[in-house]
Amino acid sequence: MTKQVFNFKDYIRPRFFPHIWCPGCGHGIVLGSLLRAVHELGLDKNEIVITSGIGCSSRISGYVDFHSLHTIHGRALSFATGVKLSKPHLKAIVPMGDGDALAIGGNHFIHAARRNIDITAIVMNNRIYGMTGGQFSPLSGLDKKATTAPYSTIDRNFDVVELAKSAGATFVARSTVFHANECKNLLKKGISHKGFSVVEILTQCPTYYGRKNKEGDAIQMMEGYKTNTVKIGSKKLEKNPDLIQRGIFIENTDIPEYCEAYDKIIETAMKGKA
Amino acid sequence: MKNKNNIRFVQGNEACVEGAIYAGIDFFAGYPITPSTEIMEHLATRLPQKGGKFIQMEDEIASMGAIIGASLTGNKVMTATSGPGFSLKQEALGYACMAEIPCVIANVQRGGPSTGNPTHVSQGDVNQARWGTHGDHAIIALTASNHQDVFKITVDAFNMAETYRTPVVLLLDEVIGHMREKLVIPEPGEIPVVERLRTSVKKGIDYHPYLPREDGRLPMSDFGAEHRYNVTGLFHDMWGFPNNNPEVVSELLRHLVDKIENNVHEISMHKEYWMDDAEYILISYGSSARSAIHLARNRRSRGVKLGVLELQTLWPFPTEMVKEKCAGAKAVIVVEMNMGQVVTQVKNAVDNPQTVFLANRIDGQLISPTDIKSLLRMIQGKGV
Repeated sequence: MTKQVFNFKDYIRPRFFPHIWCPGCGHGIVLGSLLRAVHELGLDKNEIVITSGIGCSSRISGYVDFHSLHTIHGRALSFATGVKLSKPHLKAIVPMGDGDALAIGGNHFIHAARRNIDITAIVMNNRIYGMTGGQFSPLSGLDKKATTAPYSTIDRNFDVVELAKSAGATFVARSTVFHANECKNLLKKGISHKGFSVVEILTQCPTYYGRKNKEGDAIQMMEGYKTNTVKIGSKKLEKNPDLIQRGIFIENTDIPEYCEAYDKIIETAMKGKA
Repeated sequence: MKNKNNIRFVQGNEACVEGAIYAGIDFFAGYPITPSTEIMEHLATRLPQKGGKFIQMEDEIASMGAIIGASLTGNKVMTATSGPGFSLKQEALGYACMAEIPCVIANVQRGGPSTGNPTHVSQGDVNQARWGTHGDHAIIALTASNHQDVFKITVDAFNMAETYRTPVVLLLDEVIGHMREKLVIPEPGEIPVVERLRTSVKKGIDYHPYLPREDGRLPMSDFGAEHRYNVTGLFHDMWGFPNNNPEVVSELLRHLVDKIENNVHEISMHKEYWMDDAEYILISYGSSARSAIHLARNRRSRGVKLGVLELQTLWPFPTEMVKEKCAGAKAVIVVEMNMGQVVTQVKNAVDNPQTVFLANRIDGQLISPTDIKSLLRMIQGKGV
């Protein structure tokens, strides 16, 4: 299966295009990495359910030729939990924006991680609410400009990796759209991982975040991902501890997956031991 | 019933669970809330015994999301809640209206607004069941006054959810939910059970998930089966693709409303007590109907021509039926435990709204036959 040459058209719904993303947006690279990951894993398109909420990133679900569920803001993981628990053989992938995942959807994020249900959450972190026109998100961080922070933000940001780890996610990774190949490989591992996997991908929003914060155009922002990030444990961190680390932060296969644990409950219940 | 094992002494919440099992529930997601919690507690035990799935979610919204997700993979699904939780579920409930996802939401009503009167009875969510979610839409809401009927309308709720591909609200109340009485579980086949209508479109042929058949029904394809399609809360075309073309928008909205409103005669359920020659009519539903029936039986023994029209379908409101039944009445008294939610609908339905009165109680106590009798005697021109 993986021998076949990757062809975008095998995985998208042409009827949905052109996409809604602005010129220079990083989300298309995430889409490309995701589809290549699915291709290389040799997954059957009928076995993938992609569930999303609301926002620029959430439009991915419509573009791909999988079973697709475009839900309400912040709640995608709860819909995906229903899909996955009811039919555990299905692969559940949930692309989310930073506000979708961690502001309105923060509760579902930590509880999906706590349960260790086999869902892959892709947090497409552009540090801004793009679709509504550039308001700060829980990932914007301090001293940033946004339409709702005209004088600069005083809100601290979450660290997606630390949050996911603390909440109990059993696979946590981070990359950027500059490192598209790395993204693909991390997504492959996340999707294959039996349990709740989080892949944070830094992706630029030149239209709002970049413009408001004078980070330049898409190319300059992507160069920033190259210079401001390093592989986990890189020696460069000794000189500059503020560099953002990329790679797999946790990969734990010892924790029972939620649907498998429930199958054991069914076994017990059927024997009449309530 | 021949089989004594089918006779139970249960709470209304358990009767609801038994009805759900009879109807073929596969999946339940919920969050604890008084006075509905027993529904989820019993399903936590019962569902895995039949290979079904139960999950306690992190909140009310997530419970609603989870049942919608599970419905799309081909399951019969339900959640249960009460006032505050019902408020939280409204956005996702509207999603289920828009995306036409079969699901059942039990709301065991308590006093509101806000945290209100959690352990006491109310019927204050009638209008919320109708208009809780934003935007124009249609909804089905059913209710019952005794456990045998709770069982029956729970099965009906699952059947209607499948038939019309819509969320159905089971509007129970605290008295019905917590009171214990006899329930006889019907034999399989006694009450018809509607299974999901699945598409006959074969693999490789363009499947239109949102193109209704001539009879208005919309055959589904399970997530995981051959047809991969898009489900969205945006206005969408027959493929489920987002579309804001004015024609597509208006056509879809009309379809969502018409599929319910054009079938009022199918959806509407009610019961009649001493209605044939009734000069005075009590219209009631849920636990208040018990007091209405008690009073009517009592007054009949004294020669008062009093009848009871018990509504089991509150939404879509059976306007035509109410108008017809009340046509010859000297007076109509609507008995309910709120500030007058159904009485507004009744006044709207009948020819002489000035002959419609409200007997209500809003203090968390079950309305008593005496409460109703006082008003009836006043209307009759007799001393209270």
